[in-house]
Amino acid sequence: MKPMNFRRPQGQHRSTFRSPAGTALILPAAVLALSFSSPAAAQGNVSKAEADAKLRYCEVCHGVSAQGFHGYYPIPRLAGQPTEYLKNQLQAFVEHRRTSNIMFNVGHVLSPAMIDALTTDFNQLNPKPLGGAPKENIDEGKNIFENGVAAGNVPACASCHGPQAKGNGPFPRLAGQLYDYITAKLTNWEKERGQNPAQPDISAVMQPIAHSLTQPQIKAVAAYLSYLE
Amino acid sequence: MRGNGLKAAVLIAFCWIYHPATSDAEVLAVRNCNWCHGGSASGYPPAPALAAQRPQYVEKQLANFRTHTRDNPFARQYMWGAARNVDAQSARELALYFASLPPRAASDGVPGLVGVGRTIYQEGMPEANIVACVVCHGPNGEGVRDIPRLGGLDSTYLKRRLEQWNQGYHAAVGPPMISIASKLSDDQIEALASYLSFVK
Amino acid sequence: MRALNSLQAERTSRTLVRAATWTLRSVGSRVGLAAGALTIVLVGAVSAQHRISLSGDIQAKISYCKDCHGVSAQGFNGYYPIPRLAGQQPEYIENQLRAFIEHRRTNNIMFNVAHSLSPAMINALTAHFASLNPPPIGGAPRRLVATGRKIFEDGMPEVNIAACAACHGPEATGSGQIPRLAGQLYPYMLKTLNNWDKERGRNPTVPDAAAIMSPVAHSLNRSQIEAVAAFVSTLRSPRGTPNTVQ
Repeated sequence: MKPMNFRRPQGQHRSTFRSPAGTALILPAAVLALSFSSPAAAQGNVSKAEADAKLRYCEVCHGVSAQGFHGYYPIPRLAGQPTEYLKNQLQAFVEHRRTSNIMFNVGHVLSPAMIDALTTDFNQLNPKPLGGAPKENIDEGKNIFENGVAAGNVPACASCHGPQAKGNGPFPRLAGQLYDYITAKLTNWEKERGQNPAQPDISAVMQPIAHSLTQPQIKAVAAYLSYLE
Repeated sequence: MRGNGLKAAVLIAFCWIYHPATSDAEVLAVRNCNWCHGGSASGYPPAPALAAQRPQYVEKQLANFRTHTRDNPFARQYMWGAARNVDAQSARELALYFASLPPRAASDGVPGLVGVGRTIYQEGMPEANIVACVVCHGPNGEGVRDIPRLGGLDSTYLKRRLEQWNQGYHAAVGPPMISIASKLSDDQIEALASYLSFVK
Repeated sequence: MRALNSLQAERTSRTLVRAATWTLRSVGSRVGLAAGALTIVLVGAVSAQHRISLSGDIQAKISYCKDCHGVSAQGFNGYYPIPRLAGQQPEYIENQLRAFIEHRRTNNIMFNVAHSLSPAMINALTAHFASLNPPPIGGAPRRLVATGRKIFEDGMPEVNIAACAACHGPEATGSGQIPRLAGQLYPYMLKTLNNWDKERGRNPTVPDAAAIMSPVAHSLNRSQIEAVAAFVSTLRSPRGTPNTVQ
């Protein structure tokens, strides 16, 4: 099947109501239509078919039910993510505050309506964690997550990410995230996030934390989180 | 079938004895291929059928004969002389001509061996590290590009080629054939040659 | 033939043991002991040869694979295009061999081949292939390569085509169960992408990793397939590297 390669026409998708009895409705309908056709709404709704197709496309890399996938790079779980967090990241990719060539391209073509639809879909998915992390240091990881590391001035992760690591608003869900993804992100935080010094963003909050955590601590907490449902 | 052998011998003797006198200055006519390779290039043992043979293969072999790269006894005895004056352009034209002729099966193999031959050809014998010929030579032995047609060739020729590779005539042969031939037992060679002689 | 050597070795060692027993019984204890000792040494030597000829079996099998898969397993354009195995991810090859056996991937010849391999043999083979790195066979139309690179590296998000690099790696070396594509044969890539659903994941009751590629292969049109196939067929990469941090 050839992929669809055209842009939806601007404007409403519902056809105007017309019937002999309904002629009287045309004027009010027109008024309504005019009052709602602002530039933002001109982006239009996104059809279910389009949104589904885009979701399936995301799942090619992000895994069945967006559970995450071990590609060449570990590709993160999106299932259960707060919509605000996902929208922020897409924005960050497009503005090059977060560096990923592939996600820049992906984010670039998404309309606001599509982003709304996708983030809602992802938020509602709830597959089991992918698993696979080493289990030796999970207890230590749990301790770090719930109590932080006093010596390193690392606050308890739970204080922002929630007691079950489900995230909230701009703070991402960590429960069920891929072990090697969390490890990679925490290790490389400064190199990948907040990359526009003229435009500081919320990723700055994590910077001192990522900096203070040692590798063994990172691995312990990542392993713990990767098994949380 | 034996009568053909005598005929072939006479024709071959004819080809061998009767060739025009050579001189450095003269450009010689190309010998009539049909004398040895038969009417419609359908083959006369020991000369294989050329009808429906892959043109790239024929071209390549003519060049190999001309440069004496292909050097088994029959090549030496007959084809070195025959190909001496076939230049690249003529080789191409001859090859295209032969390729255009319809294939004919020699059908001179042993019918009882066809089953085994077919199994080896179509499926290989993985426990014995014998590959399935079909993968390169095609489902009907028709070949492709410079991989030769085997379908319909006479069984004596096919058998002889496989044996030649085991005798050390390793030049002018496609990459894996030496390795492959070295794993085939005599019985398997017979079976393959028989099967292929019936394939059109 | 090498396959016979291990059989001969076994027969020889059995004969020697029988000879030793006979010697001990008939010739008297002291001479028999000496003869027995000699026999033990000989049996040991033959067994050692038996062990050596096991790796001879692996050598023979490797040579057999290369009969079709080409010199240094670079691939071969037979009647059917036979894929490059050189530098391939061991886990990927293992999965494919299992898929052939279980008819989740349909290929009669490879079914027969896979069937004849022991697990130890598979380990040895995949390790060997992973270590090879001949140059690509080439032959794809050059004019397609630039477009192919773009699709490979960036994907085509407007039409929901994921960037191949995200999973197959920036140099198409693959990782784990994800195959190396670098240097893969152009006609083989064409055939595979154009026929994905007809050849892979053929057992609906046993879904496998082939399902991941299905939407991708489905979304790519013919000329995109040609472009991406041409591009990867030119790639000469170092041997596949394991998952690296971005």
